Amino acid sequence: MFLGSECLLFGGLISTYMLYKGRVNAGPQPDQIFDIPFTSVSSFVLLMSSLTMVLAVSAAQRKDERNMNLWLVITALLGATFVGGQVYEFTAFYREGLGFTTSLFGSSFYTLTGFHGVHVSVGIIMLMALVGMNRNKRIPGDRAEVVELVGLYWHFVDIVWIIIFTLVYLIPS
Amino acid sequence: MSTATEHSEQTEHTDGHEAEHHGLSDKQYIYIALILAALTAIEVSTYYVDFGPFFMPTLLILMVVKFVTVVSYFMHLKFDNKLFTYLFYSGLLLAISVYCGFLATFKFFLQKG
Repeated sequence: MFLGSECLLFGGLISTYMLYKGRVNAGPQPDQIFDIPFTSVSSFVLLMSSLTMVLAVSAAQRKDERNMNLWLVITALLGATFVGGQVYEFTAFYREGLGFTTSLFGSSFYTLTGFHGVHVSVGIIMLMALVGMNRNKRIPGDRAEVVELVGLYWHFVDIVWIIIFTLVYLIPS
Repeated sequence: MSTATEHSEQTEHTDGHEAEHHGLSDKQYIYIALILAALTAIEVSTYYVDFGPFFMPTLLILMVVKFVTVVSYFMHLKFDNKLFTYLFYSGLLLAISVYCGFLATFKFFLQKG
């Protein structure tokens, strides 16, 4: 239910961006500002974090605590790298003249990718909380199931980025 | 002693069976990640190479393939009850239809055509 409601939220944000990406009265156009090689590396990092997350779930199912913690920390680090890249990208865009209120394209772009970045950040907090709780033996119930639930959220964030990367970055206005 | 060993072997067997039931082996997950990485590389290549009329269909097909692969294998939908698959994809199709309808009311598809 939660992921379903999140799908509807991002569906609305993506649709709004699709409507407004051509509305540029001031400031740079999407194809003038996007740095595809840089964003491709960020996308690759997030995609690989899905692999490390599934390896953490797999280790949790095997009751391999050491590897589970290791993969969870690596997943969080990859997520942090992605968020760091997004902060750098936003700063670079702002310096090139694309503010939040510069144009409808700017507003819808920052809202969509910003919401996604917040979701990744929440995912990192969940991963680190999971590692901390596991070390203190405070995970209630079936540990593998708890790790899998956090994993589902993380993969959801990844599939949303798969759509954003194609529709926002690779398909020009 | 032998009872403890038998119990340990039985537990390992059960765990192994559970892990098998819930998904693939670690090596198979790595193969899938490599396939996803290759698909991403093809996506990025559309930025450098002119795909002509195949540009948009290629990107959309690759996006759908990557989406379905992550949902099926990493989110374990393929290994769960089929009912979840039907529920997920029917909900997804319904949501896509609603958003396409929403975009159509703003003549989005006419503008692009």
